[in-house]
Amino acid sequence: MSAHAEPVGGRIFTRPFRVLFVLFALAGVAILWRLLTGLGQVTALNDGYPWGLWIAFDVVTGTALACGGYAMALMVYIVNKGEYHPLVRPAVLTSALGYTLAGIGIGLDVGRWWNIWRVPLFFWHWNLSSVLLEVALCVMAYILVLWIELSPAFLEKAQASGPPRLRQFADRALPILNRTLLWIIALGVLLPTMHQSSLGSLMLLAGPRLHPLWNTGWLPLLFLISCIAMGFAVVIFEAALSSLLLGRRPEMPMLSGIARAMVPIVLLYPALRLADIAWQGQLGLLFAFDRFSVMALLELALAIAPGILLMSPTRRASLGSLFRAAMLMMLAGGLYRFDTYLVAFRPGDNWSYFPSVPELTITIGLVAAEIMVYIALIKVFPILSGAPSFGGSAGAEPPATEKSAAEKAGAGWQPA
Amino acid sequence: MGINRRTALKGLVVAGAAAAGVRRVQASGPIGIPDDAVGLLYDTTLCIGCKACVVACREANGLEADPGWSGGLYQAPADLNEYTKNIIKLYDEGGERSYMKAQCMHCADPACANACMLGAFKKREYGIVTYDVDLCIGCRYCQVACPFGIPKFEWAKVAPRMVKCELCQHRIAEGKIPACADVCPRGAVIYGKRADLLREAKDRLAKHPDKYIPKVYGEFDGGGTQVLYLSHVAFEKLGLPALGETSTPTLQRTIQHAAYRGFIAPVALYGVLGAVMFRNRKKNLTAGPGAQAPGEAGARPRPSASGRGGERGGQR
Repeated sequence: MSAHAEPVGGRIFTRPFRVLFVLFALAGVAILWRLLTGLGQVTALNDGYPWGLWIAFDVVTGTALACGGYAMALMVYIVNKGEYHPLVRPAVLTSALGYTLAGIGIGLDVGRWWNIWRVPLFFWHWNLSSVLLEVALCVMAYILVLWIELSPAFLEKAQASGPPRLRQFADRALPILNRTLLWIIALGVLLPTMHQSSLGSLMLLAGPRLHPLWNTGWLPLLFLISCIAMGFAVVIFEAALSSLLLGRRPEMPMLSGIARAMVPIVLLYPALRLADIAWQGQLGLLFAFDRFSVMALLELALAIAPGILLMSPTRRASLGSLFRAAMLMMLAGGLYRFDTYLVAFRPGDNWSYFPSVPELTITIGLVAAEIMVYIALIKVFPILSGAPSFGGSAGAEPPATEKSAAEKAGAGWQPA
Repeated sequence: MGINRRTALKGLVVAGAAAAGVRRVQASGPIGIPDDAVGLLYDTTLCIGCKACVVACREANGLEADPGWSGGLYQAPADLNEYTKNIIKLYDEGGERSYMKAQCMHCADPACANACMLGAFKKREYGIVTYDVDLCIGCRYCQVACPFGIPKFEWAKVAPRMVKCELCQHRIAEGKIPACADVCPRGAVIYGKRADLLREAKDRLAKHPDKYIPKVYGEFDGGGTQVLYLSHVAFEKLGLPALGETSTPTLQRTIQHAAYRGFIAPVALYGVLGAVMFRNRKKNLTAGPGAQAPGEAGARPRPSASGRGGERGGQR
């Protein structure tokens, strides 16, 4: 089994790590300030724009970029492509980190954060018409699910080199986990399907204040499709980056395979979007070349470009092209979310919003924290698999591996 | 009471007495507006802009004074805000001039209440949309949702609340009427049962068709509101948006209910996902290398734990 997850090893406190830590520490100061004063002093938010950078980026875009775990679970466990299993664990790690940080982002954004526990526990008060309630409960549950999906990595580490007591625990826990993980992973597919689409429905309530190019009943479906495309893109992005930065051999056949699977999904999103705009008779608005039309056209172009790029098998075989296409798709989905939550939201001419320095500091610091924890965890725990360095044999084989991998399809049922 | 009223209306319709106004009569209480609904009627042609209601509202609701940008005036808020639940604005453009009173509209189908996770905003007695701080976590989705931009957030506070007009429900409980209507020297804003206010508004429209835009804003707008407006200036110029007769939450609710009614679809999807995965696993096990034991643990094609530990130890 070349597709065997191993810790990357090496020093954790490298220079880039220290730089990230400084960014995180700055954010820590800003977070403290926010908790001790209030949102008015620290953020540029106001009664016209009650939601800003933290919601649009940290939460809505952040969780969509954390859909790698969702996309890979769909691919490996539902479409049954076991050969892609080695990519599941790193994807689940990024998802767990992305969602956890989104949770922290929400915690900082809500005014009465000390009351958050009431949302899951005051069930007799649940407003079942509230889409936000559904999103909140789903996201809370999904954070839990993701860490459970990832827990075999920690338990394997404990088994391999933990103290005896921990090793004993891992020996007992792992088989139980392996038996039940199927139902956890099924939740790990169900929950994002629910809340990623609902993140789109959320803005339907802004109704008349949402620009018509974004205000459509297809919003939930568009959010769902684009988040899956973004999830695949992030998996490619991450694999390309770690091959570049850690000197690992990229798993090219797998990445090309994912890219091929991505094409229809990537193109379905702009196709559906365009069809809907045309159907609603709003092509005029799309080509009005005002602020809204330019943003919508940019969104569409950013999504169509990677779809077309990835249609060519030669480009799919080149890591550089894959990386560029993945970046474009991440930008496309990110911009769509930013626009839906900020640009297309029109509370009136007398309101404006641009994130304040502390808001930006906190967002940057949280992203830095995510990268830091990711690096630390892949170095210590068995997350990444494949050849540790160039010169290994895995991944060097021609795409035929996709076929031979079918023999090892059982591998798909390793714990995630 | 409700049945009596409905029977009475039916009688009217059958008698043909209201033949021309059938639709209007039947729809005088849009869905969501209770029979005991109360509200306000504001008439721009009567308001003199004295702002007595702004002060009265502040005192009745124990709100801090807001000097706004003035630097020292008792009362100069720039708009509705965390200290101001009721305000008089001025529209003055191209020779047209009108005052405008803004406060919560107490919608038939309030977007804020629809948005609120734990029901901190809720339509309660008399159809008044009220706020319960104990159920609020300050997410501000209500602010995103409200088509009138009414709920305001206490941005300056460490323990912020949402602030908006609750139609002086504490005064109504004492048998009084909302402070703004109580203090108005010209009767520009009056308080009463919504049905009565609507009748009064239509009377005024019928008596002085030359004075008004021929419409009672709030009768049907945004699904109907319990605060009604008569105006001599286009409603949109006063900041009352053109909403149509469908309430803001309708589209979202239609989609959400279609997907989640009875939570059947998610449970079914979960079952299908689980079944597909279960079948895949079985298929993979039978198609997989014969060396693998059929047991679940054996399905993991990796050496036993102790063997693995040893293997890894050997690498170091």
